[in-house]
Amino acid sequence: MSRKSTLYIPKPTARPGEEPDFSYLDMSPAGSVARPASDARARDLDYLSSGMVRVLDEHGDAHGDWDPKLSTADLKAALRLVTLTRVFDERMHRMQRQGRISFYMQSLGEEAISIGQGMALSDGDMLFPSYRNQGLYIMRGLSLVDMMCQCLSNTRDMCKGRQMPIMYHYAKGNIFSISGNLATQYPHAVGWAMASALKGEKHIAASWVGDGSTAEADFHHALTFAAVYQAPVILNVVNNQWAISTFQGTAGGERRPFAARGLGFGIPGIRIDGNDFLAIYSATAWAAERARSGHGPTLIEHVTYRGGPHSTSDDPTRYRPKDEWSSFPLGDPLARLKQHLIKRGDWSEDEHAALEKELSDYVVTSWREALTYGTMNEGPQLPVDEMFDDVYEEPGEHLEKQRAEMKALEA
Amino acid sequence: MTQMNMIQAINSAMDVMLEKDPMVVILGQDVGYFGGVFRCTDGLQKKYGDHRVIDAPISEGGIVGSAIGIGVNGMRPVAEIQFADYIYPGLDQIVSELARLRYRSAGDFTSPVTIRTPCGGGIRGGQTHSQSPEGIFTHISGIKTVMPSNPYDAKGLLISAIESNDPVLFFEPKRIYNGPFDGDPDQPSVSWASHPKGEVPEGYYTVPMGKADVVKEGTDLTIVTYGTIVHVAIAAAEMAGVNAEVVDVRTLAPLDVDTLTKSVDKTGRCLIAHEATRYSGFGAELSATIQEHCFWNLEAPIHRVAGWDTPYPHAFEWQYFPGKKRVCAAIRTLMEVK
Repeated sequence: MSRKSTLYIPKPTARPGEEPDFSYLDMSPAGSVARPASDARARDLDYLSSGMVRVLDEHGDAHGDWDPKLSTADLKAALRLVTLTRVFDERMHRMQRQGRISFYMQSLGEEAISIGQGMALSDGDMLFPSYRNQGLYIMRGLSLVDMMCQCLSNTRDMCKGRQMPIMYHYAKGNIFSISGNLATQYPHAVGWAMASALKGEKHIAASWVGDGSTAEADFHHALTFAAVYQAPVILNVVNNQWAISTFQGTAGGERRPFAARGLGFGIPGIRIDGNDFLAIYSATAWAAERARSGHGPTLIEHVTYRGGPHSTSDDPTRYRPKDEWSSFPLGDPLARLKQHLIKRGDWSEDEHAALEKELSDYVVTSWREALTYGTMNEGPQLPVDEMFDDVYEEPGEHLEKQRAEMKALEA
Repeated sequence: MTQMNMIQAINSAMDVMLEKDPMVVILGQDVGYFGGVFRCTDGLQKKYGDHRVIDAPISEGGIVGSAIGIGVNGMRPVAEIQFADYIYPGLDQIVSELARLRYRSAGDFTSPVTIRTPCGGGIRGGQTHSQSPEGIFTHISGIKTVMPSNPYDAKGLLISAIESNDPVLFFEPKRIYNGPFDGDPDQPSVSWASHPKGEVPEGYYTVPMGKADVVKEGTDLTIVTYGTIVHVAIAAAEMAGVNAEVVDVRTLAPLDVDTLTKSVDKTGRCLIAHEATRYSGFGAELSATIQEHCFWNLEAPIHRVAGWDTPYPHAFEWQYFPGKKRVCAAIRTLMEVK
């Protein structure tokens, strides 16, 4: 008998032209996963990483002890923010297609994560987002005009033209600066949380990566430090099934859920329905309470689907079925939240249409205002010599020399 | 004033800063209870507690990454990377995050991390305990790079580094931790006790970053160097029988161009010496800068002596190390140009 080793190359269940197939996705019925006490021992929480915490069922009804029982006002505020994120994204995606901005990344299909988590956390908690968390900035009150100006690299750009579009930051709102290098923010969040605990403050940190970025060393560095020092931090994996063209199996998602990566570190891992606003809010509130009361970090895997391309530079029809999102068993987070509110008798399709119109007008008005601060090619421009600022606290002799050299050439 | 070797001086700098600023924390492998493999943090955890001097997992990326977050939250972390050779898993955090955070956020976020790391050979460390990677870091905008050559400078520069709001890479040439070294391993070792720069104030003082030091005045040629090779250069000049001016660069970035060029303008000849590999080494930057400024005063081409462009071989450490003989030969070559 001949024996030889074989190499397994992960392959997604469907490619372009094939029927979408999500049979690999394990789901638990809404309300079926028990909610433990927030100070439960990590070793007793393994079940949270293999099940799926869900509150909303397919009819829009809330079930079980993870139901955060939010007020109607909160739910309406949430729907407004989720919808605003989507409308904003649609507009900005279109602006890129028209050549008005150089690049854009939508959060289509994942909006409820940023909004739900943002709402469950306190204002003083520090957020270390990935590039698909624009909802956090919107939720914390960064104006759309400011976000648009960043994308335009214009005179009101908070980054002074130094970053690609969407790499916002919001110091006043306690949201960190977005990096183009993946998962680097994860250990920053842990370090920030360590410092918060060292100083005896009550604030916690939270950070986000995608399923693909769990393969980065920084993911593991962060989990190690978070576990070793029991840092008050919430580490999130947004499993949207796709990392540009590679499906979640290429990052190792076929063997165990990403939430289970916490277990080896002694960090509770919770796998949740990432398109269920109530589950997102509730799991985050649980983890925040755990962290804030000195019981350490939590890893949350949000199972969701990247509804749009990775970025405006990407064409997903080349590697996945065109209609895959519409077959995704966890649906659309916006539609589900809306359905829930309607089911409660607190909302209607007419009200929603009016909301969409209002938000769309707001986005258009904001865009017009943003343009008055300049575009890449027209209107007021950033002073080019400021490119030498902020490399160091003081530019120093050699940068001043280069600034003078450049200014002489520009004159 | 008291006698200190470089380890004690570095320890004293951290002691002073831990005392002075409650936001200073030390983080690194073996730095806590044990006091560091080179003893640089000896006694500090006992004095300040395990929340100020923190033993870290063996994870350079995690040490640098978490230190950045600690710094963003208003503290002033001093991270130790046990050997400069081990710094590479933290390189992305240094290059892409630490160095660029201020710039990319237009000054809204900063993290004043100091990274201390022992570098250089001469301790039989082979290719993974002997490297001098300072040139990798001088190439990165947004961080400052420092390498002292004696206890007095080490303490004063480290305090400046910790107080700086810019991130600093602080390289400690470990061959001279215990005493100056003239590059001849067959001679008995010398302690810092007999060296004027082994006299170190016990309290707070600073040596400013960005200032070179003319450690020996002379007229025949200028030797521009830093770290261990400062001491080798002085001995080699004596061996060659020339009256060399020796300039200790001390801060590689930002560079004190004035002090360097003034000296070379005066002597007309320049030898650049460092332990790091030669090709694309920091000596290339020094050479180009000095040439741009001093071309019309140069009487000979600028000459470089450096580590060979190989990994640091365990068995041939002293053939690799740019010792007294090699620096002396370079001086003679340079002086022969008429």
